Amino acid sequence: MTTRSPHVYLDHAATTPMLPEAVAAMTAQLTRLGNASSLHTSGRAARRVVEEARETIAKALGARPSEVIFTGGGTEADNLAVKGLYWSRRAADPRRRRVLASAVEHHAVLDAVAWLGSVAGADVEWLPVDKLGRVDVDAVRSSVERDPESVALVTLMWVNNEVGTVQPVREVAAIARQHGIPTHTDAVQAVGQLPVDFAASGVDAMTVTGHKVGGPIGVGALVVRRETNLVPVLHGGGQERDVRSGTLDVPAIAGFAAALEIATAEQPARAATLAGLRDELIRQVRAAVPEAELNGDPDPSVEHRLPGNAHFSFPGCEGDSLLLLLDARGIECSTGSACSAGVAEPSHVLIAMGRDEERARGSLRFSLGHTSTRAEVDALGAAIGPVVERARAAGLVNVSGGTF
Amino acid sequence: MRVLAAMSGGVDSAVAAARAVAAGHDVTGVHLALSRNPLSYRSGARGCCTQEDARDARRAADVLGIPFYVWDLAERFHADVVEDFVQEYSSGRTPNPCLRCNEKIKFAAVLDRALALGFDAVCTGHYARLVDGPHGRELHRSVDAEKDQSYVLGVLTAQQLAHAMFPLGGSRKTEVRAEAAERGLAVADKPDSHDICFVADGDTAGFLARELGDQPGNVVDEDGTVLGQHDASYAFTVGQRRGLRIGRPAADGKPRYVLSIEPVSRTITVGPREHLAVSVIEGAKPRWCGEPLDGTQECRAQIRAHGETLAARAWLDGDTLRVELAEPAVGVAPGQAVVLYDGTRVIGSATIAGTLAAATA
Repeated sequence: MTTRSPHVYLDHAATTPMLPEAVAAMTAQLTRLGNASSLHTSGRAARRVVEEARETIAKALGARPSEVIFTGGGTEADNLAVKGLYWSRRAADPRRRRVLASAVEHHAVLDAVAWLGSVAGADVEWLPVDKLGRVDVDAVRSSVERDPESVALVTLMWVNNEVGTVQPVREVAAIARQHGIPTHTDAVQAVGQLPVDFAASGVDAMTVTGHKVGGPIGVGALVVRRETNLVPVLHGGGQERDVRSGTLDVPAIAGFAAALEIATAEQPARAATLAGLRDELIRQVRAAVPEAELNGDPDPSVEHRLPGNAHFSFPGCEGDSLLLLLDARGIECSTGSACSAGVAEPSHVLIAMGRDEERARGSLRFSLGHTSTRAEVDALGAAIGPVVERARAAGLVNVSGGTF
Repeated sequence: MRVLAAMSGGVDSAVAAARAVAAGHDVTGVHLALSRNPLSYRSGARGCCTQEDARDARRAADVLGIPFYVWDLAERFHADVVEDFVQEYSSGRTPNPCLRCNEKIKFAAVLDRALALGFDAVCTGHYARLVDGPHGRELHRSVDAEKDQSYVLGVLTAQQLAHAMFPLGGSRKTEVRAEAAERGLAVADKPDSHDICFVADGDTAGFLARELGDQPGNVVDEDGTVLGQHDASYAFTVGQRRGLRIGRPAADGKPRYVLSIEPVSRTITVGPREHLAVSVIEGAKPRWCGEPLDGTQECRAQIRAHGETLAARAWLDGDTLRVELAEPAVGVAPGQAVVLYDGTRVIGSATIAGTLAAATA
């Protein structure tokens, strides 16, 4: 605890450093005047930056520019998709009350769906996952086909943010589409690491965000098919297709587009590099802690697992003890979700995968990104053995109660 | 040293952590989440475990530049402190939950975990001093008599004290507040916490009523004559005068006080003030802050938080601590701690289990 260096950042899934090109694109706009909705020269200049960014993002994601709706980040885009689709679909046909969502969604989707169930009359069906965290396509099919007319929407993340399991989004979207049901996917963690093509995926709405791809925090987008109707969540000036209101953040949008363009262009090479580092990380953790259990899909291919993700359970350890001990050694990672008071809750993802609560609490996520190095992986490999040993001793104290 | 600073979100624990940092220790802050529902405990500045308090603690840690974590001890706290509190009242005793929290949570569950994680000490904002004496570490009163918290620390053993750190014991509260302001800690002006953190609105009787429901019984005089009824024996404490609702005035016209509470029949016995007088206290589960009592020792006894001290002689009788008071005392409530002092030094403590009435003339 005396030495807090070297600084080892293994939490890129939380946020990743901005790319220099994104910083340059963003800072270039910070001193420029102009509301993109204004009709005068300054407004037009701002509008041009926004529309060029929109075109860049659309091209990078296999979408049309008119399909990109800028938001204040991934959470807002998820809320707009889930609530906007639900209200729009129900307004068109009141029988459409069912919302089908995977049990392992990010809280931005999970809680929005649960809220629809508790206050907006939705019948929520949580789609189960297998022990690798993957949604069962047959279960989705039977749930949809039981009564297709009553389904408002299906939402299934592209890849799970905690355990890195790639979801069968294309298959699920195809099933939904047969019955005219829209599918939303949260692709926040996928973009830049997995090939993401909106049009080819068959989904109707897709969430992306800036700060997971080397852009700024606080900007994102919902990519929505032109023919898909959404009821707004934010009302006001109607700046984005009359679906999302609020003055557009021109510098952030410029930075977002610059980052996304690079992240998608470099995706195949990045995936290969990250997967190589990830495999080495897994090897070193297993060598140091043989009883560590890798969560998620053990198949390292991009069709199965996010290249930058390694998620372990360490039996007998408390996740927050591990986090404290690693942090004290300058190694930063994540235990999963935390509530507003900062109390660690067992991950709903691991619980949905059939892990018991104790195992879920003793878990850590290591996530790699564009600045990750072999030296960082080696630093973790050197620290994790002693850290787990110490955390296990502390964990046993907690289980047995006070010794004084 | 590697120091774990317990940070409640209040000014005292923030300054205590700051002083540990200033002394050159490697400090990590931890906020103890003690409520099973963080919104149910006191809101605002007076509590110890609300979301706002967690945020204040985090802000202080950020200002100090130390790592900060929240430890969820809600289940342990509920089992060891809240349930104990309710159970004690239900048994006709008057517990002190702060003392129980120090004994079972801060210097047990937290300290154990801290030691296992590689820390050397747990630092808190308690007003008490640790002094290295000829026979090891000693617990002493704070220099600020008004803020002194040695009473609620009197349950700590030598082993626990060996790993404790109380940086505020040599300071007065006013100095601590001024120092907080100087150090840029936003909690400098935060009001002191009072009362019991898990009784959200300060209404202990209401809290107990919700936990225990009605437990009616008779109010009797010392001859057993029924004077009236009460709704709940747990709402009374030995020495209490108010709320007895005795319809009939006593023959002598003097006020009546609770002399004893019998939990099984829920009978409350009342009598005149002079019958409250106690000359010998029997204490259960004695704990020593250093060397145990050796034979009979002249000392001072404190029988409630912020109470005066009484001249006494104390000795061990098997597992029972016997404390003979030089002058009879009133309002000695079973369940409270009797803490023994030698000057400013805490000798040890025991839970008041029984009393012997002073011979009445």
